Amino acid sequence: MAHLSKFSFLSLLRHGAGKAWSRQWRDAQPKAAYDVIIVGAGGHGLATAYYLAAEHGVRNVAVLDKGWLGGGNTGRNTTIIRSNYLRPESAALYEHALKLWEDLSQTLNYNVMYSPRGVLKLAHTRHEVQVEKRHVYANRLQGIDNEWLTPAEAAAFCPALDVSERSRHPILGAALQRRGGVARHDAVAWAYARAASAYGVDIIQNCAVTGMVRDETGAVTGVETTRGPIGAVRVGVAAAGHTSVVMAMAGVRMPLESFPLQALVSEPVKPVLPCVVMSNNVHAYVSQSDKGELVIGGGTDAYTSYSQAGGLYVSCETLAAILEMFPSFRRLRMLRNWGGIVDTTPDRSPIIGMTPVTGLYVNCGWGTGGFKATPGSGQVFAATIARGEPHPLAAPFSLDRFAAGRLIDEAAAAAVAH
Amino acid sequence: MLLIPCPWCGPRPEHEFRYGGAAHRAPPEDASAVDDAAWGDYLYSRDNPKGRHAERWRHLHGCGRFFNCIRDTVSDRIAGTYKPGEAPPL
Repeated sequence: MAHLSKFSFLSLLRHGAGKAWSRQWRDAQPKAAYDVIIVGAGGHGLATAYYLAAEHGVRNVAVLDKGWLGGGNTGRNTTIIRSNYLRPESAALYEHALKLWEDLSQTLNYNVMYSPRGVLKLAHTRHEVQVEKRHVYANRLQGIDNEWLTPAEAAAFCPALDVSERSRHPILGAALQRRGGVARHDAVAWAYARAASAYGVDIIQNCAVTGMVRDETGAVTGVETTRGPIGAVRVGVAAAGHTSVVMAMAGVRMPLESFPLQALVSEPVKPVLPCVVMSNNVHAYVSQSDKGELVIGGGTDAYTSYSQAGGLYVSCETLAAILEMFPSFRRLRMLRNWGGIVDTTPDRSPIIGMTPVTGLYVNCGWGTGGFKATPGSGQVFAATIARGEPHPLAAPFSLDRFAAGRLIDEAAAAAVAH
Repeated sequence: MLLIPCPWCGPRPEHEFRYGGAAHRAPPEDASAVDDAAWGDYLYSRDNPKGRHAERWRHLHGCGRFFNCIRDTVSDRIAGTYKPGEAPPL
């Protein structure tokens, strides 16, 4: 990272004294060809480019985006990080990502504001208690922190909770992953972009992929874009909600459906929530940003759509659910609500790896929970592209599992039922 | 919220309906004759188009019947609905 000015206490002093900050990444123009093209400059795509350059010496890389970097789901999610998944394959993958989160700011020399403040998942029914305890025990066997709290312990950890029996949805207990938490989503995209750019990766914004270039054997040899054709030895698609559209350009039909997932933030208030609170039964999740805004999410819209808005009534239902849990929030005004397009798979697990087309790789299907996986996803996808074979953690998440029937059913591990 | 024209009951709010996924998906004629890839494709793959989408809806809290719908997945505008067995509108 030779020509990159490092963030340090000294550089902060120097810039505080009036020295202007330099650009954090180059606004690159497309070259004729690259070793690897990544389609999609969100967190996953930028992380992939970074790890290709940093860990595999593949630096002749371009990341293309139809908009601006981090402008899709990376900047639209509710920034929750956790690894308390049920299945061994997914627990291993998400735990790998969580371990990378723990020192990501140091690795990238950029403050991604990872805050392991704890993720509390409430249980309101006997059935939910059984399911959550099953998760706790499974996670312990996998070496992942997750513990069961009684209602009193949950209230001690998160005083805003109403654990009285007269509450509309009584809290019978909660599963707590203390290492879970939140991070600054934009900073994650910026950090990876800056570090990748310093290695020579070209980040090309406002450059939509419009087609795949293929040779006589059918192998991908580049992409058509709104800024002309660009050659590539390998193409990795990390296009989230638009993966089906991009893959269709190569004639590959994906086991994906794209749904709007909405989120909201309230006006900023004094600290009231020390952790992330999730409730599958009431059907919403909430945390408080460092600015003081409540960050609120719920379920996806009911029907497939590429409109980054979604139905207003879905957000209203989410708010109603939040108020069932926290009646004291009812006078808060909401500042913004928005939608992102999430690509969901039939088994609610991602797809990472090779495709039937030579030279074409795909990383998609993260559905409603991709942000938490960003570092791990990028690292295993980079290894898969660099080596031309699946990274061991990515191997179970191959596209051909839908032909083989080896599905990884993680529907039970989602924050809310979608 | 969508205003969905049920072919039997007329326009009704989306709350009365349940989305039924992509329409016109027929299983392979002889399931035992196709390979795993073709069977997996039938079970799990979807066109998931950005634009015109043929989909099923059920008027769950109304007449209870299934029907088909053509909707644009970018604007969410409904071009028309039609009964099972009928041809989709242009």
